[in-house]
Amino acid sequence: MEKEKYLNDLSEIRKIMSRSARFISLSGLSGVSTGLIALIGAVLAHQLVFRHHDYLVYEAVPVDLKNLSSLLLIALGTLLLSVVSALWFTGRKSRRENQRVWDNQAQRLLINLLIPLTTGGILCLILLFKGYVGFVPALTLIFYGLALINGSHYTFSHIRYLGIAEILLGLVAFLFIDRSLYLWMLGFGAIQMIYGMLIQRKG
Amino acid sequence: MKEFLKDLDKAFENRIRLGIMSALMVNDQLDFNTLKDLLGVTDGNLASHLKSLEKSEYVSFSKSFLERKPNTSYAATAKGKMAFRKHIGAIEKLLL
Repeated sequence: MEKEKYLNDLSEIRKIMSRSARFISLSGLSGVSTGLIALIGAVLAHQLVFRHHDYLVYEAVPVDLKNLSSLLLIALGTLLLSVVSALWFTGRKSRRENQRVWDNQAQRLLINLLIPLTTGGILCLILLFKGYVGFVPALTLIFYGLALINGSHYTFSHIRYLGIAEILLGLVAFLFIDRSLYLWMLGFGAIQMIYGMLIQRKG
Repeated sequence: MKEFLKDLDKAFENRIRLGIMSALMVNDQLDFNTLKDLLGVTDGNLASHLKSLEKSEYVSFSKSFLERKPNTSYAATAKGKMAFRKHIGAIEKLLL
């Protein structure tokens, strides 16, 4: 019937609009895996470094080479593993949905995520080398949140709420700087994993 | 006959033309190959439907060079966007 054709038209329009404007193959499992990796990284940092030193304070502290390199190695390892696992799960989902992984939408999403992330990353590296270790957990949360909000125009729009949650946690972490590592674990670990499970169940 | 039926646009009766317009409504511009992948159609098919949309002045194109290869980008014109909105509006009323 006529009506049926127009109903099909409408659903086709909706499908094409969302597929052409947003990268919707972001996998929920990548949220879960990066959350898990973040938790492991934070526990390692706590056990190896923060447990033995009062680094989480509002001033520059002398960090010896051994601790500095441990922190950098853990940070780098966590970042690398997270990126690899996120790309792997997302690539798998893309291929399953017969979408090209590296299309316009994916590029736009990535670039818009990377601008705040790289800014925050470089700022944190500078602070780390100057001894302001305590600022790093709060700032990484805040910049990650800003990156998600910036990227939310190019993927699921509800990722914006995850971004807002991370920013709020970052601000709280600044306020209670001696507890900021736990808040970091909550933000990058627990909340990230819960969000990942939610989109995994939906999609 | 109901008044709004005149807003249904013959140009959008075809699935591929409807698809092209849908994509151009939410993207400032898209190049030929992206449209082709998005809609899953052949070169010739897409080209002829783009041509017909150009003819109705619903779509405009601009040519540029990307890594020394010619690249054509398509965009919806103001007239095309207006016609598309009217068309959708008419469909929605029809389905009420």
